[in-house]
Amino acid sequence: MPTKPAGTLYRGREGMWSWVGHRITGVVIFFFLLVHVLDTSLVRVSPEAYTAVIGAYKNPLMALGETGLVAAIVFHAFNGLRIIAVDFWKKGAKYQRQMLWVVLGLWIVTIVAFAIRHLSLALGGH
Amino acid sequence: MTATQIQSPRSGSTIAPKYRRGGSSRSNFEMLAWLFMRLSGVVLVVLIFGHLFVNLLVGEGIHAIDFGFVAGKWADPFWQFWDLAMLWLAMLHGTNGVRTIINDYAEKDSTRFWLKMVLFTAAAVIIILGTLVIFTFNPCPVVNGVQLPGGFCPA
Repeated sequence: MPTKPAGTLYRGREGMWSWVGHRITGVVIFFFLLVHVLDTSLVRVSPEAYTAVIGAYKNPLMALGETGLVAAIVFHAFNGLRIIAVDFWKKGAKYQRQMLWVVLGLWIVTIVAFAIRHLSLALGGH
Repeated sequence: MTATQIQSPRSGSTIAPKYRRGGSSRSNFEMLAWLFMRLSGVVLVVLIFGHLFVNLLVGEGIHAIDFGFVAGKWADPFWQFWDLAMLWLAMLHGTNGVRTIINDYAEKDSTRFWLKMVLFTAAAVIIILGTLVIFTFNPCPVVNGVQLPGGFCPA
């Protein structure tokens, strides 16, 4: 039986998982961006075309999707700032783990605040 | 007994050619791409958080978004420039990110090449399309001979 590789400072720990999260959220955001430029481009076709397609963003299921997308964006943004700190701040590498917990804490606070506001607007009586 | 000769590490001629760095392409491209990711990243945090705040969290939020909403924003050069900067920086940042991922996971030379051709083509189309839309957009269209209402349109 092959044995499980031993953990290291990086492998299987905060450094690796934040890197995985950064990649996955990055790809998700990139594909949304392609779609979002295309749907916004419909303003150039006609007001009706744009208003019709943007209507698709206004149903309850999409509201949840938008909240998920914003969660991905906010994680990528805060973790990106952490990466910059690791690269450019003298003590960045030393405190990368603590900074990840700060990132996750700020992420939760931001997402809860966003979700309360966005979902109550999107799902509220209209 | 002769003293053991220890080669100084990583000095040019002692490294087998296949392990040598640089080779023919001695450009700074990868370093500049690395730097660009960090610089554009900081700017994008500001641009995208502002975008989300203004479009989703203020007033009626997403229910306020329709043709008139976009027209109202793009009647103002400030938002035209904001969205243009966001489009270019986000597309270049995202394209470079996906390029890195392709380089990491696609092992065959030809697979890497074609995936990147598809990526760069898609990115160019989206950037050019978005730029044209922002600058050729008419916020005050006349539909069936009727001027659409909007406070930013000339009467």
